Order: sequence, then structure tokens, then C-alpha cells
Amino acid sequence: MSSEENLQDTDTEARFEFKKEEQSAFTSGKGLTEETIRLISEDKDEPEWMLERRLRALKQYQKMPMPTDWPGQPDLSELDVEEIVPYIRPDVDQRSGAESWDDLPEDIQDTFEKLGIPEAERKALSGVGAQYESEVVYQNMQERWEEKGVIFCNMDEAVQEHEDLVKEHFMTKCVPPSDNKFAALHGAVWSGGSFVYVPEDVTVEMPVQAYFRMNSEGMGQFEHTLIIAEPGSEVHYIEGCSAPKYGTHNLHSGGVEVFVKEDAHVQYSTVQNWSKNTFNLNTKRAIVEANGTMEWVSGSMGSKATMLYPCSILKGRGATDNHITIAFAGEGQDIDTGAKVYHNAPDTKSTIESKSISKDGGRTNYRGLVHIADGAEDSSTSVECDALMFDNESTSDTMPYMEIEESKVDVAHEATVGKIGDEDVFYLQSRGLDDDDAKQMIVAGFIEPITEELPIEYAVELNRLIELEMEGSLG
Amino acid sequence: MATIELTNVHAEVADGGEEILHGVDLEVSSGEIHALMGPNGSGKSTTSKVIAGHPAYEVTEGEILLHLEADDFDGVDEIPEDARTWNLLELEPNERAALGVFLAFQYPAEIEGVTMTNFLRTALNAKIEERDELLFGEDEDEADEESGYETSPMEGPADEGEVGVAEFQQLLSEKMELLDMDEKFAQRYLNAGFSGGEKKQNEVLQAAILEPTIAVLDEIDSGLDIDRLQDVADGINALRDEQGTGVLQITHYQRILDYVEPDTVHIMLDGEIVMEGDAELAAELEDKGYDWVREQVYNAA
Repeated sequence: MSSEENLQDTDTEARFEFKKEEQSAFTSGKGLTEETIRLISEDKDEPEWMLERRLRALKQYQKMPMPTDWPGQPDLSELDVEEIVPYIRPDVDQRSGAESWDDLPEDIQDTFEKLGIPEAERKALSGVGAQYESEVVYQNMQERWEEKGVIFCNMDEAVQEHEDLVKEHFMTKCVPPSDNKFAALHGAVWSGGSFVYVPEDVTVEMPVQAYFRMNSEGMGQFEHTLIIAEPGSEVHYIEGCSAPKYGTHNLHSGGVEVFVKEDAHVQYSTVQNWSKNTFNLNTKRAIVEANGTMEWVSGSMGSKATMLYPCSILKGRGATDNHITIAFAGEGQDIDTGAKVYHNAPDTKSTIESKSISKDGGRTNYRGLVHIADGAEDSSTSVECDALMFDNESTSDTMPYMEIEESKVDVAHEATVGKIGDEDVFYLQSRGLDDDDAKQMIVAGFIEPITEELPIEYAVELNRLIELEMEGSLG
Repeated sequence: MATIELTNVHAEVADGGEEILHGVDLEVSSGEIHALMGPNGSGKSTTSKVIAGHPAYEVTEGEILLHLEADDFDGVDEIPEDARTWNLLELEPNERAALGVFLAFQYPAEIEGVTMTNFLRTALNAKIEERDELLFGEDEDEADEESGYETSPMEGPADEGEVGVAEFQQLLSEKMELLDMDEKFAQRYLNAGFSGGEKKQNEVLQAAILEPTIAVLDEIDSGLDIDRLQDVADGINALRDEQGTGVLQITHYQRILDYVEPDTVHIMLDGEIVMEGDAELAAELEDKGYDWVREQVYNAA
């Protein structure tokens, strides 16, 4: 069914703010009702079980109160979910996405051109799934992966094509909708995102990349990423986000679920740059089996408020978690990020390294939880948080919670908070760098532990974004 | 030939603090080596910081001028006549650096995450760009902005700036060899975890790369063992002999002056230069101490 027909069939044209300039084929109405959910599901031609999961999630969302009682949590009072249009599909012919670059509409190509995606593509990176607005419209994957049985596709497509895998793993064991109010909202209205499946003992040598961007006024983005790494497999998934500024508040509430089976290794890297009016409230979690390794690398830029605490559940003996996070908060921004690790088995290990930068009155907060369960003998955790402040108006807090139920463990924690040093700046200036360049160099050095983990294009982009932030030239 | 000229410089801690320099007169020209000696707290370091433009100090009286001649910069055919005398007090620290004023710090900053290579190449290119802007106004030719990365993104685009990655690597290796520095220094983070001696060696290396017209070396000899002292001294002599740099060397001790022989020795006491002489003066001072200087100066007064 084409989307034009869809509009007529449902006879709801008046309810839809159909914007020609956005060339959207389908826009659900403002507000969130059971009818909206049914529309989304129907438009996607989803199986009944997915609709049921959405509706169950909606009920949970409606029941659960807004979180307001966390110590020092960002102010969410200006967030009005009812005002956010949850679903927009760009006007492309094929629901499953364009097969090649040239099939994309020109304005979408332009957007990606500016973000350097075709460049990345030209450099023969292994595959690009780019989400424009709510849906993956461009994907490419190298044939040899397919031969090995690797799947990398749009999440909507996965529901159709890989139903059993999705049905088993989608918001069941890892991130159930009951986890938190925004996970429930996500479960009700999710759309787009990536599905990655790596069969046993297969190593994907090059990073799998997806680039997200939301681009319509009042639009929410609720992409879902599901990564399943079978025993002995290895994959690096990278996701970048950026969004231009709009007048009304935007909500981004993504969901990420990662299954790291025995001896598997997954790295999930993300560079996010949401517009300064976005509420960025995500739930990301990995379940790590015996001797598996999960690595979270995230750079959080932009947004009005971010609450993001990627979580690893170290379920099997010898499982390992690494977290590397960086947050940048400028004027009017409250970036509340951190990490959660549950050591539920012996010999598990976690390392958390957090860096934050605040400037012009911005606030960053590291909020972390490390839980070591009774019986998780010989486990170890190391938490390091460093904060760099540009001025006296900016703030940085650290809330590293530890729940240690086992005595035979090794726990290390270190935190530093500092202002950018005048002597350091003068030293660089005396060598010829001007004031701005000197500060940029210090910041680039401060975040270097993160950038060295990223492929070159992302490291460059992250550095460039931070330079732009520091110049104040990002809206 | 370049000359830096301090005339009756009074300086105090910024925001209305105590006056530290009470009228310093000093002149250093290309190819000369001057030693500035004096007891702790006499104002030697403050003099060096005031020359470089440290924001913690305010010059309340006097002037610091830099005189250049037409051919003082390699790569610049002729410095325009109206750009040959500069009032340093009106310039930012990086602009002073662009005109060839270099300060080797007594306590160099440690910058984590920034490799020596990246830092020095960025500084060298920034210096050249700023210099051309000061001398000729607008950028003559905008650096080719096209991106492209040969090495690490942390080292910046390969073809950005006057000195490219490959050319710079070669320059760096040459200078490091001269100073007997291990090659792996190039990939270490700027001064981070360096020993006291390594930091000092690094200051001299930076001077060698940035080719200053005037280098002020603040206690470059403190914390050096004898081998390194020799390396550092070789580096300083090379600055003078090969690049014609004028050197103002601040020190407490005679020791380094055995390796780097000064043309002129200045002795500072309570914020003023009270005695001047040739290398003999340093030797005499070593013998007799600062009390002798005090006696000479205050009895005479």
C-alpha cells in the first residue's frame, strides 16, 4: 500500500500535519494514543506480536510516573511527549531503503554530503546504514559478510525478514519496557534503527556504521538497535547522530540492546550531536556471557539535556566491560551521563573512564553504578572520572555509586575536577598558538583517550564538533 | 640583526599587587649570549614572563621594544620598513612568539593527550601564519584547506599549514638528534610524565624547531645532571651559532656558563639590574656571593 492511499484509507488527513516541504509520506498526528500506535504498526505492516508489544509498552508508559526524584537530575519539566510527533517517514519509494546512493532524494544526499557519509563510503568502510528522520533509507553491505551470514539491516526490515531472532531478543531479556518510563515510550513508538547479527566465530573486520539525524520540527526519534554477537564472534558497531536546531523541543529516546555471547567481543561506539533543544533520554544495555567483552565508547555532544547510562550485565564468568565516555556541556546544557555495570559472576572485570567538559555555564554530571553481587569473587572494577571546566560559571558533578556485596574483589576509584589551567594556556600561547587554539589543543588532548578508540573519520568529526562548540558557532 | 630592548620596566602582579620590577634596563641582540643572575626573588623570572606576556603581570611603566632588520626571518625576503620595530607590550603572547620571542619555562606545563609532534607542528605553522599576518597584514595566501589524512587525525590534515607532516618529521628528527633525544619523544604527550631533565631538554628542542630571534631561558640548567647539561648547552650554543638567536639565560649558577659562555653578565637585585660585566663577573660572583654584590651596590649608593 502506498502512503498516499494510506492517508486516504485511514481518513485522518485533518489530523496529520502533512508538510510538503518535508516531503514526508506519512506523519502520525501529535499526541500519543493507542490509535497512533496501531497506525504506526499498520503502516509498517508489522506482525501481530509486535503490535501487542507496542501496546503493552504504551500501557506501561502511561502508568509510570516521570522520573523527578533522582538527586541532581536534569530538569525534564519542559518535555511534553504529547507534543512530539513520534513518527515520520521520508518520501522514498522502497520501504526497505534505497539500494544505492543515487536513489536517494537530493536534499537527503546533501545532508549526508555535509556529514561526510559518502566520503566514509568511498573509503570502503564496511557498510553504512544511515537514518534520515525515522527510517533507514540507505544501506550497503559488503557481499562477503553476507556469505558469512552477517546481517546488518534496518530494524523494521529485521522484524519482517528475521522474525524469530527479533521476537526472541527485542525488548525481552535485555531492555524490557518496564525498565523506565522512556524505555516504555520507546517500546511503544520505536521506529528504524539497526539490526546486526554476527554468527558464531565470525569476525567482522571493519566497523559497521550507521549515521542518524533527525530533521523535522517537533519530531521524536526512537530508533532501536539490536546487536546479537554469537559465541566467538567479533564486531564493532558505530553510530553517529547530529541534528540541526529547531524551535520546539525534540525528544530522542533510543534503545540499544546488545547480546554478547560466550567469548564474543562487541564494541559499540557513538558520537552524538543533538540540537540544543533535544531531550536525549536513552536506554542502552548489554548482556555479556562468559569470557565475552563489551565495550561502550560514547561522545555526547549537544542536546538540552541528556540522560544516558550504558549498562553492561556481566552474566558469565570472566566477562569484561569497558566504558569510555565523554560529555561536553555548553550554555544551557545539562549532560548527565555515566555507566552501569552489574558484576553477576566471578572473575568479571569492568573499567570505566569518563571525561567531561563544561563551558559557559553548562553542567556535566557523571552518574555511575557498579554493582558487584555476592559470589562474584575475584571481580575487579576501576572507575576514573575527570572533569574539565572552562570557567567559574560551569559545573561538574560526580556521583559514582558502588554496591559491593562480595568481599573478595578489587575496587578502584579516582576522580579529578579541574579548571582549564591558565599556565597551560600561556605555555601554548608562548609557542605561537592563539588563546582559542591553545584551549582547543588542551581539550583535544583531554579527550584523546576517547578519540583514539574511534575510526579516523569519527575522531576527526568529534574533534571538529568540539572545536565548533568552543567557537560557539554551533546553534 | 634583532634586538630586544627593555627600558625602565616596572611590573607588578596583575590586579594591583606588589611591584616586583622597579625599572629594568636590558638589551639583547642576535648572536649574543647574556646571563641574568641574581638571588631568589630578585625578579629574574618575572622579567622573563613580562617579556613573553604572561597575564599574571602588569607592566606599569617603561617599554619593551623588539627591533628587527630587513632579513631577520628565514623565508621572508624583506620585512617591510614599517614592521621592523614592535612594542611587545601591545602584543598577545602568541604574537610575540610569532615575531621570534621564545621563553623556555622553568616549570613547563604538562599537556596530556597532545603528542610532541602534533603540538610542535601546530605551533610552528601557527607561528609562521601569525608572523606573516603581522608583517604583511592580511594572509598572503590562504593555506590549502583541503583535508586528507596520511597519519593520525590527531596530527591534523597532512597538508594544512606551511610545514607539512613529512617535512616536519624530518626537521624534528634532525633537531632531536642534535640534542641526543630519543626518537620516541616525538610520540609522547607534551611534557606529561617527563623527568625534570627531559622537560628542560624539550624546551631547548622547541626553541630549535621554532627558531626564535630572541630566546629567554629561565633556569634551563636546574635539575639537569652533567650529561644532560652538556646536551642542553650544545643546544643553546647551536641556537646562537646556527640560527643567530640572541640568548638571555637566567641562572643561579656559574656551572652552565662554563659550557655556554656569556658575552655579558647582568646581576639583578630587588627588581633592578645592579651590575654588568663580562664572563669574569660570573666567576667573581661564584666566589664572593650575592652579599658581595649587595655591599658593592648599597655602599656605593
